[in-house]
Amino acid sequence: MPRVGLFIPCYIDQFYPQVGLASWRLLRRLGIEVEFPEEQTCCGQPMANSGCAECTRPLAEKFLRIFGKYDYVVAPSGSCVSMVRNHYAQWLSGREGFDHLRANTFELCEYLVDVARVSKIDGDFPCKVGLHMSCHGLRELRLARSSELMVKPFNKVRFLLGQLRGIEIVELTRPDECCGFGGTFAVNEEAVSCLMGRDRLADHERAGAEIITGFDTSCLMHLEGLIRREKKPLRVMHVAEILEQARLS
Amino acid sequence: MIGHAEKAAPFAANEKRAHWHDQALWFVRLKRDRQAESIPEWEELRQTASAIKAHTLSRIADYLEEFERNATNNRIQVHWACDAAEHNAIVHKILADRGITRLVKSKSMLTEECHLNPYLEARGIEVTDTDLGERIVQLRHEPPSHIVLPAIHLKKEDIGELFHKELGTQAGASDPKYLTEAARGHLRQKFMAAQAGLTGVNFAVAETGGFVVCTNEGNADMGTSLPRVHIACMGFEKLVPRSKDLAVFLRLLARSATGQPVTSYTTHFHGPVRGGELHIVIVDNGRSTILGQETFRRSLSCIRCGACMNTCPVFRRSGGYSYGYTIPGPIGSLLAPLRDPKNFASLPFASSLCGSCSDVCPVKIDLHHELYAFRQDMVRGKRVPLAKRLAMAGMSYVLAQTWAYRLAGGLMRGIVPRMPRALVYGPWNPWGRQRELPPMPRHSARGLIQRDLTQKGAK
Amino acid sequence: MSSRDSILAALRRNAPATSPLPEPPAGIVYPDPAKQFAEAFTSVGGKFVRLARREDIDPELEKIEAYAHARKIASLVAGIGRSNVDLNGLKDPHELEGLDVAIIAGEFGVAENGAVWVPGSALGPQRAIFVVTQHLVLVVPASELVHTMHQAYERIRFQGLGFGVFISGPSKTADIEQALVIGAHGARSCTLFLVG
Repeated sequence: MPRVGLFIPCYIDQFYPQVGLASWRLLRRLGIEVEFPEEQTCCGQPMANSGCAECTRPLAEKFLRIFGKYDYVVAPSGSCVSMVRNHYAQWLSGREGFDHLRANTFELCEYLVDVARVSKIDGDFPCKVGLHMSCHGLRELRLARSSELMVKPFNKVRFLLGQLRGIEIVELTRPDECCGFGGTFAVNEEAVSCLMGRDRLADHERAGAEIITGFDTSCLMHLEGLIRREKKPLRVMHVAEILEQARLS
Repeated sequence: MIGHAEKAAPFAANEKRAHWHDQALWFVRLKRDRQAESIPEWEELRQTASAIKAHTLSRIADYLEEFERNATNNRIQVHWACDAAEHNAIVHKILADRGITRLVKSKSMLTEECHLNPYLEARGIEVTDTDLGERIVQLRHEPPSHIVLPAIHLKKEDIGELFHKELGTQAGASDPKYLTEAARGHLRQKFMAAQAGLTGVNFAVAETGGFVVCTNEGNADMGTSLPRVHIACMGFEKLVPRSKDLAVFLRLLARSATGQPVTSYTTHFHGPVRGGELHIVIVDNGRSTILGQETFRRSLSCIRCGACMNTCPVFRRSGGYSYGYTIPGPIGSLLAPLRDPKNFASLPFASSLCGSCSDVCPVKIDLHHELYAFRQDMVRGKRVPLAKRLAMAGMSYVLAQTWAYRLAGGLMRGIVPRMPRALVYGPWNPWGRQRELPPMPRHSARGLIQRDLTQKGAK
Repeated sequence: MSSRDSILAALRRNAPATSPLPEPPAGIVYPDPAKQFAEAFTSVGGKFVRLARREDIDPELEKIEAYAHARKIASLVAGIGRSNVDLNGLKDPHELEGLDVAIIAGEFGVAENGAVWVPGSALGPQRAIFVVTQHLVLVVPASELVHTMHQAYERIRFQGLGFGVFISGPSKTADIEQALVIGAHGARSCTLFLVG
């Protein structure tokens, strides 16, 4: 049995604990003996995204210290995993265990499809769902084909959701346009960020979505902030929540 | 200098107009997708184009010498300019020595970069931009807002009004066909009267000593086959080694730029027009410095197709002028601060780092990774406000200590819900201007997971 | 040091390690290149006409309204069209202004994008003709079609060529609100006869 460490991003831990819990329960129910190391905090992305390389270093080192011992690391976040896989080398290159960590840190859906080889998820979810393909999972982890690339279409997240009975994944006019969260971009470029977010919501509304789901709660947090301010009849759920809730029903 | 965010905000605030701009450019992106889909080897082409550029830049001095030799054999006069000032002086001297006072230009981002027009105009030369979009912005005394679609920020009514004033078209007329016809008549006169034509260069070929200019309107062809003197200006990075490399780039260029299979005219110059002369000015203007920067040298591969602008969700909603540089959008957000980091410090941050630009780029420039890396340069160079840097340092400290992180998180979740709304959503909270803050739940995820474990254990 | 030498020196100083120069990919092969060419040429605003024989060209020309009503016609294709302009008599390309129709031979066509290769030698004494004329007619032998630009550049010899242009349809612009308008500065229409 491989040792699997669960990384719950800081903003999920603090603001969306149900996403963390759903990820934990989902993995356990699928027979994966996942552990939650208590010392974990944050991958360092907010600092890295702001260009503060030296402020990122201690967090990258901390991450390696905590998670280096696991066979696999799983996180319900595309952008945090991308941070480990695509950006940590700047601080950790050559460190003992880093190559292993980098090669074995996975986004949740990616882990279920590519590593755990989950081909069937039982459950009902009779809702109209809009799938938000967050950019880092899409273009940095290649969880799906991005609309710019002329390669064979695939979508690991859609594959998992598509297992559920009754689910209808609505077709968006722009299948993978950025929602405008972008980490610190959301506050640095508040005006453009919010317009981008509202445009995404409009696309999901037009397509008839009742729920917007995705694999990055950060994007969903931004969209939910707009939804709640404008009192729109939409709600957001992380993919893990949907997969977990559907199993219970 | 005012940053991107400050200039973008009013553009985005006019939501109707911003959506119109967004749609216009998204339409071009969709046309690009349809064209790219029609080529089964699209991704292979991109990879090849990227590798050809990387190779050429690695041996650029040799190839430039080869180009110069072959161009000279083709009776093309080759000039070299270290910077914008030298470039402008060379062009002016060619014109002045021949007593030329009327110049027609086709699109050249390099001459925009060098501010050639005002330089020549100050010296008594009438300069007419002949690309329709460029002519429109020239008549408005504005720079282009997009490198391929210079007047994309304008509505046809704006152009109708402009042409009424400048070209005497009917008041209130805004039909694009009518306005284009008026411009055609106006510019034909300019072509007929011009004594010299100036063009940019899309690609120059070392092995043949010639170069290629692409247009849809035919303005470069008019401007270089009627007057006796043709001056072409190019950054050295426009060079490719072999004529067969042109196939790779021409297959990508128009498809990426405007979603056409190829431009109407793809003109190959390997010598002067009958009885005339042909000059080419090879320009550095900071490019050789970029070549020396490992992280950013790939930006020199750019073929100026503008696809990164059309696909960029930020560009579409902030407009070309919000970047404040000749070349806006993702590629401009690299090129501008590479040239002038002080004045363009905000541009690497004018991106959500969504990566659509990198995936759409026909030469596979890793635009969003370079923007990410550039942010670190800006912080190291202290070009990011001290308050932000301190905030990040504080955040880093808290996040690095598990106890501090847990304490801070718990306090925040405990206190914020009890604070008066006016205090939480004050002007100091840019997140909350248009958005609600995330919920502040009682328990953290780690708390719930612990409880789950304990309950399981109890069972 | 001259600017030339200082630029070259800087480039040598700053160039990265050499990376290999790849060969272009093979490129798509169309089952029916003539059909693909026709589609591409039409999609760029051109008018495509397939003719079995050279003799069919003149009657087809008369069907083009601009040609039927043309005052000044210049043909650079021997034996084709009612040419009434003596191009060799022109002293200056500006005298081409007012030309209604030019008939020009294309050397070959490219199926993938509807482009026609016209070398300078096919343009007569004043190369401006293809762009100054109000309307353009291209004549291309049906046997001379290539699939892609890769094959196109295998054919073209630049040695001593001086000038050459790929023409793909009429002159056009979309600079006003992305509305496509045919007839910007160059030819207002472009008819192509694929013959044989």
